[in-house]
Amino acid sequence: MSILDSKVPEGPLADKWTNHKNTIDLVNPANKRLIDVIVVGTGLAGGSAAATLAELGYNVKAFCYQDSPRRAHSIAAQGGINAAKNYQGDGDSNYRLFYDTVKGGDYRSREANVYRLAEVSSNIIDQCVAQGVPFARDYGGLLDNRSFGGVLVSRTFYAKGQTGQQLLLGAYSAMNRQIGRGKIKMYNRHEMLDVVIVDGKARGIITRNLVTGEIERHAAHAVVLGTGGYGNVFYLSTNAMGSNVTAAWKAHKRGAFFANPCYTQIHPTCIPVSGDHQSKLTLMSESLRNDGRIWVPKKKEDVQAIREGKLKPTDLAEEDRDYYLERRYPAFGNLVPRDVASRAAKERCDAGYGVNATGEAVYLDFAAAIERYGKEQAHVKGSDENDKALVKKLGKEIIKAKYGNLFQMYEKIVDQNPYETPMMIYPAVHYTMGGVWVDYNLMTTVPGLYCIGEANFSDHGANRLGASALMQGLADGYFVLPYTIGDYLADDIRTGPISTETSEFEGSERAVRELLDKLVSNNGGKSVDHFHKKLGKIMWNKCGMSRNEKELKEAIQEIKALREEFWKDVKVPGGANEYNEELAKAMRVADFLELGELFAKDALYREESAGGHFREEYQTEEGEAKRRKEFQFVSAWEYKGAPSDAVLHKEDLVYKNIEVKERSYK
Amino acid sequence: MKLTLKIWRQKSAQDKGRMVDYQLDDVSPDMSFLEMLDVLNQQLIDNGDDPVAFDHDCREGICGMCSLYINGEAHGPDRGITTCQLHMRMFDDGDTIYIEPFRAKAFPVIKDLVVDRSSFDRIQHAGGFISVNTSGNTIDANAIPISKHAADEAMDAATCIGCGACVASCKNSSAMLFVSAKVSQFALLPQGQVEAADRVMNMVKQMDEEGFGNCTNTGACEVECPKGISLENIARMNREYLSASLKG
Repeated sequence: MSILDSKVPEGPLADKWTNHKNTIDLVNPANKRLIDVIVVGTGLAGGSAAATLAELGYNVKAFCYQDSPRRAHSIAAQGGINAAKNYQGDGDSNYRLFYDTVKGGDYRSREANVYRLAEVSSNIIDQCVAQGVPFARDYGGLLDNRSFGGVLVSRTFYAKGQTGQQLLLGAYSAMNRQIGRGKIKMYNRHEMLDVVIVDGKARGIITRNLVTGEIERHAAHAVVLGTGGYGNVFYLSTNAMGSNVTAAWKAHKRGAFFANPCYTQIHPTCIPVSGDHQSKLTLMSESLRNDGRIWVPKKKEDVQAIREGKLKPTDLAEEDRDYYLERRYPAFGNLVPRDVASRAAKERCDAGYGVNATGEAVYLDFAAAIERYGKEQAHVKGSDENDKALVKKLGKEIIKAKYGNLFQMYEKIVDQNPYETPMMIYPAVHYTMGGVWVDYNLMTTVPGLYCIGEANFSDHGANRLGASALMQGLADGYFVLPYTIGDYLADDIRTGPISTETSEFEGSERAVRELLDKLVSNNGGKSVDHFHKKLGKIMWNKCGMSRNEKELKEAIQEIKALREEFWKDVKVPGGANEYNEELAKAMRVADFLELGELFAKDALYREESAGGHFREEYQTEEGEAKRRKEFQFVSAWEYKGAPSDAVLHKEDLVYKNIEVKERSYK
Repeated sequence: MKLTLKIWRQKSAQDKGRMVDYQLDDVSPDMSFLEMLDVLNQQLIDNGDDPVAFDHDCREGICGMCSLYINGEAHGPDRGITTCQLHMRMFDDGDTIYIEPFRAKAFPVIKDLVVDRSSFDRIQHAGGFISVNTSGNTIDANAIPISKHAADEAMDAATCIGCGACVASCKNSSAMLFVSAKVSQFALLPQGQVEAADRVMNMVKQMDEEGFGNCTNTGACEVECPKGISLENIARMNREYLSASLKG
């Protein structure tokens, strides 16, 4: 019997959440005033949780490393947010959203959590509209939807290509209301560097003020982490420069199990790498696959000519193009899930069909959509549908209205006009499905320590479907955690304020100070970025889109060696008691160097292919991922010192409401 | 490309600050402006010097954190972009580039090119929200139809990223474009009507207390705004403010 208790309530799937809410303990409003909660991170999960907890009456302290909560990286999410509203009448339902999400995650997520997510999804849209989020609407004034990968309905709500921005500003506005009332105390430019455990419970955190360098103690009755994913372990990713694993990793080191670290999402449509100076990668929203067709040339000589600049992609005849997703997956075509689309792009590029100088790019082409929309508009306007110039002009206008900001972004980075020539795209690290293990109540294995949003191992199994991250972040923060945390805090109404003048706080603070001092006095020869880039290369080459036993074993050794070299030879200029970005970076990279090894160890242990985790040894004859029944569990790792000593605990995954079968998008 | 950089260096808020010259070789035209600064910082660290502090995070033009004043323009010479989206192909070999922080009384310098924009947050605390609880107990999202025109206009105002380029560009250091974008977003939507009068009064009051200047309709803010926020929003805020004042 595993020591992991998922605490999934009894009863039929569709009633579990309602029954659970009806039976858990509550804290009365007068007592909520006596209870403090710390929320770290102010993205969709942390921001919405902080606002809601404050509104319920708890005293909230919120922390972010940015200069304002509005800058959390949820802001960069482009495409949309799923909800089972069935406004389009195309057969959507809670069950279907649940089904798509479990299947999309390749049957590696927890049934009850995913169903709850689907259940509260509709409410998120109601809530956001009430907050003034300007979702796209049709001419009748009702909400518009678009379609995303891996599903057969239109359930994605959007605000141009800036949905994450608008939802985050909604959560930020809800926070502002509570900050103005004094119910949230906001700490900008603060980084959490440890969790403090008192008598086995999370009772506070240690932070560093990034402006002054001051180390601070903050106490509370419960601690919530909404600190995002760890994609930056790859150095190059679509994450923000500051996105990091530190908060989650420190929690792990204090007893929180870390689940499925190897489940990473490599997003199929990002702007390809241009050179060694590159600091980050830019995503082109999945929504573009609604209208863009992905292809490479059929003939190698055309590939060569294109690379040499002798042939333009627009000159290539239809029959010389290989629309490989449409060819391989006729039912879903360009809208297959992300893991499938990414691997297919890699397959073509590895076979020598990549269309840019590095050989790592495929085309995303809008010409067909421009013509289709143009003809439609010409018809509506009563103009000549055969007037090519007019059709093109009208079509471009529609594409601009839908994806204008994305096209502008692309043009600024690549210096090519995507209305005239196809975009070049390649997969890049985007999201991490793995994270801190949590039970049904979103509590980690440390009592009183909660983890929400991308930071937890979440509801997405081995692969996340598009437009589901925003849904999960807000579901956790607005509608799940505020209920479940009350059940825990109900025991704390007589505890009184938590003191920071205890040996536990002193111990945590001392440990943080020692680390910082060690880094600034190391006098090494190489910068933090040097190590981060090296780590990224190991991760991308050996733990990336496809993995095998030999390379994973090599990766483990190489990361371990790199970590030792880091501590011997890293150079951090400046002091600890001042604004020092290099020091902040060094602290983050130190944790990535530990996580990276556990990541590789997890990938090595998982001898199957599932979703974003593709082991070359386990594939079907057609090269599709091959799951194995023996691995139908969550890997939750317990910290025991070095990553190589981490102990595995398994949470078996049981599917009672969905048939586990081979995932097919053909 | 070879470049001469003249960069504002200031150790802390108390320090006086000054321009310092740096030479940088081997700059690729495909680099972003911030990647060029990464290269400079790597050079400084290797030489044992203090790297230049600058704010940045998403590096894709949406978080609003980057805030450089380049050759006398907020976010540099290109239009409709943030500093992180500016690429070196906009410059020529041998150029001298001046890099300064966003300057305004309400944006004190923290270090080098990093400024404190928490005044923007405080304006939002004063009224940048709709007072609806986040319990989810609201009406169905489609219960109130909103004309596509109004929704699109609200969206255009809502795309403001809060970077502060409008303030840095304004000769009066006015925050009118920033404040009016938020006021407009909510004024255009039925959900925002209920407390529209209080909102505009409170936000404008806070804006004045933070030490931002007044608007004299120069329009520099609109030109430099990376998200193309329109001056019409300022006109709308003035109308909202006037009608709120008359209601008393």
